[in-house]
Amino acid sequence: MGTQIEDSKIVLSLADIQKSFAGVRALRGVSFELRAGEVHALIGENGAGKSTLAKVITGDLLPDSGTVEVFGNSIAENSPIVSRQLGIAAIYQQPSLFPDLTVSENIALALETGGGLRRVYWKARNQRAKALLERIGSKLDPWRLARTLSMAEQQIVEIAKALGTDARILLMDEPTAVLTEREAEHLFGLVRRLREDGVAIVYISHRLEEILASADRITVLRDGERIACRSASDVDRPELIQLMVGRSIGSVFPKRTVPIGDVALEVPGAFSVRRGEIFGLAGLVGSGRTELARTLFGLTPSGSTIEVNGRPVRIDSPAQAIREGLGYLPEDRRLHGVVLEMTIAENVSLASLATVSRHGLIDTTAEESLAARYVSDLRIKAPSVNVPVGTLSGGNQQKVALARWLVTTPRVMILDEPTQGVDVGSKAEIHELIVQLAEQGMAILLISSELPELLGMSDRIGVMRGGTLAGILNRDEATQESIMSLAFGHSTGAA
Amino acid sequence: MMHRFSRELTLAVTILLLMLALAVFAHGYFSAENMADLFLENMPVMIVALGMTLTILTGQIDISVGSIFAVSSVVAAVAARAGFSLLTSALVACCVGALCGALNGVLVAYVRVPSIVVTLATMVALRDALRWLTQGAWIGNLPDHFQWLGTSQRSFTLATLLLLVVLIAASALGLHNLRVGRAVYATGSNAAAAHRVGIDTSRVTLAVFTLTGILTGLAAMLNATRFNQVPSNSGLGLEMKVIAAVVVGGTAITGGSGSIAGTVLGVILLGSIGTALTFLGVSAYWEKAFEGAIILGALSLNVLASYRARHRKEALLAV
Repeated sequence: MGTQIEDSKIVLSLADIQKSFAGVRALRGVSFELRAGEVHALIGENGAGKSTLAKVITGDLLPDSGTVEVFGNSIAENSPIVSRQLGIAAIYQQPSLFPDLTVSENIALALETGGGLRRVYWKARNQRAKALLERIGSKLDPWRLARTLSMAEQQIVEIAKALGTDARILLMDEPTAVLTEREAEHLFGLVRRLREDGVAIVYISHRLEEILASADRITVLRDGERIACRSASDVDRPELIQLMVGRSIGSVFPKRTVPIGDVALEVPGAFSVRRGEIFGLAGLVGSGRTELARTLFGLTPSGSTIEVNGRPVRIDSPAQAIREGLGYLPEDRRLHGVVLEMTIAENVSLASLATVSRHGLIDTTAEESLAARYVSDLRIKAPSVNVPVGTLSGGNQQKVALARWLVTTPRVMILDEPTQGVDVGSKAEIHELIVQLAEQGMAILLISSELPELLGMSDRIGVMRGGTLAGILNRDEATQESIMSLAFGHSTGAA
Repeated sequence: MMHRFSRELTLAVTILLLMLALAVFAHGYFSAENMADLFLENMPVMIVALGMTLTILTGQIDISVGSIFAVSSVVAAVAARAGFSLLTSALVACCVGALCGALNGVLVAYVRVPSIVVTLATMVALRDALRWLTQGAWIGNLPDHFQWLGTSQRSFTLATLLLLVVLIAASALGLHNLRVGRAVYATGSNAAAAHRVGIDTSRVTLAVFTLTGILTGLAAMLNATRFNQVPSNSGLGLEMKVIAAVVVGGTAITGGSGSIAGTVLGVILLGSIGTALTFLGVSAYWEKAFEGAIILGALSLNVLASYRARHRKEALLAV
């Protein structure tokens, strides 16, 4: 197959693309080419520039310099409309259908043009929807409401929508992130079918297995540069990881040996975390890690008993969890963590207002000096503690959220994806903080989808699968392969 | 720091300009008599607006305050006629307000019906239940002691002014320096995050609705003692005056940001515009149009000020 693709014509070619955001160089002279009938995977760590490159292709972003050629024609002013007309379509991680409209209406909205007073031909709409779905091998009923579809079915409608009647280039940005394994299998079948139809596919994913299985070529990005472009048959997993990370994993994490103390948190029949220990929690999206954290913290009370510092407790609410000495840094900080309108000082003291109150009144001076201490300790970059948290960068917002919990001095700290969407510099600082917390004797439950982070930070790693703990690995036996094989529930033949 | 006060500042400037125009062109506007009249007329709006500020800060709205106002004043009058003392009647009015507010609060916080729907329903239900019960009749033959405070005009004005100052100061201090105040802001701007730091957001919601009810009952009582009859249709349109004042005062209708100071300024501006225009010789036909224009002007200034503040933020971020 490889030679055949090399002969087919180039449909998309990017040359020397540069793009900066406010002084940060997201893309540094990246080149990329895509041939007809090829699945070209784009991989790299978070922040490597994959999404930026994807947006340059779809015209959502204009590069600072460099050229974009589609079917041999140079595109001067790319835009989402222009790229669509050129036959470029994109689907993203999260399906974005209108839940109360039918499948055919959802497809029609993306494809039909013309004024608002144009007559709707329902029969034609449904026929076209049906034809588009059949083309990608789906027998979905066009009359079904989008809200009744499974995630995978929604993703299929997205693809039908994106392809329309004429797309020749399809960009898929982490399409399997929200799918179960079986649903993902189905999607791969679809990808292969499209490839045979001559559609060229740019495939962005974190899942190396699926990339090695279905891609023809793989381009690796790191820190905004193209590190390599290889044929998928010429590389293996470890090499890809090496290329993505650019360093051997483990050395970059500030993990230090900390004396391990008594059991601080015990979940009967599952696991326990000791003082000073960092217990990692791995698993695929949807394996129940966040649900476990929510249950422990009383957000979705289960009625079952856990032990905190050797005392059996049943936690029914976050307020009680805090009283028992638990802290929880939630996954989505903008939705669940910081209060964007409130100032840094107000956010920091929010979970522990008693400590800055005198006679029941909040002492704003005490509050500000408390916040100022954490701002300097955690190196939060802000002009003053009185600016709204919404004005800070993601990494700094996360540090404010973390500071809030440090004030409460919890004995058990649950960190759910603490470095998600955080820039590289802040990420390292947050890792250092986590280690310091462990050194102070805090028991830490670290949930992360980033295996290098888990491997680098954890003393032990619990792997979840389908809502239960599939196994626990010690630091010396934990590898990406051993974690993934537990997460997938079968041996993946570790290389 | 500056931008946190910019909303109140633009409002204060608008009021100042209006006052300046009045001082130059309208003789008699600042007479003690007119001031007292204006104060008494707007006093109920001010008291209810304190509660409404909390409700809107929490991210909710209460459009039933006009009906609660009517129910409370009628019940207070009936209680007074039945022989209860002035103070007991006042307490009854507050309790009725509290009950109505709590009903709203329970439906919003625990049954989780959107507040606009709940209070729209209670607005209609309370008003029509009252109409049916009173058959539209006004409550007259009030005992003398019921008006003991109200008829002795000067001391009543001073007493309510004092009470109002205390209420305003208490709400402002409570919002700024009490933990429950923080809970109100946190619930309004990010309920999910507030819940995760141990704030019982449902209880906060119930509390603000109940408090709004109590304040409405108090306002109704104070208003009722000023007249020798209690109309069964009092408080019509009160909710709109109150909500307009709170919003003009810079409280975000989506919750989470705003202040008592802003609300006080909003009540002053909206409460004085009507009379001010009469004094300035604006034709009665045009009065409402002018009123609307001034409100729009104040709101646009607010938005522009916060827009500039946001731009400064972005400039800060880009560095």
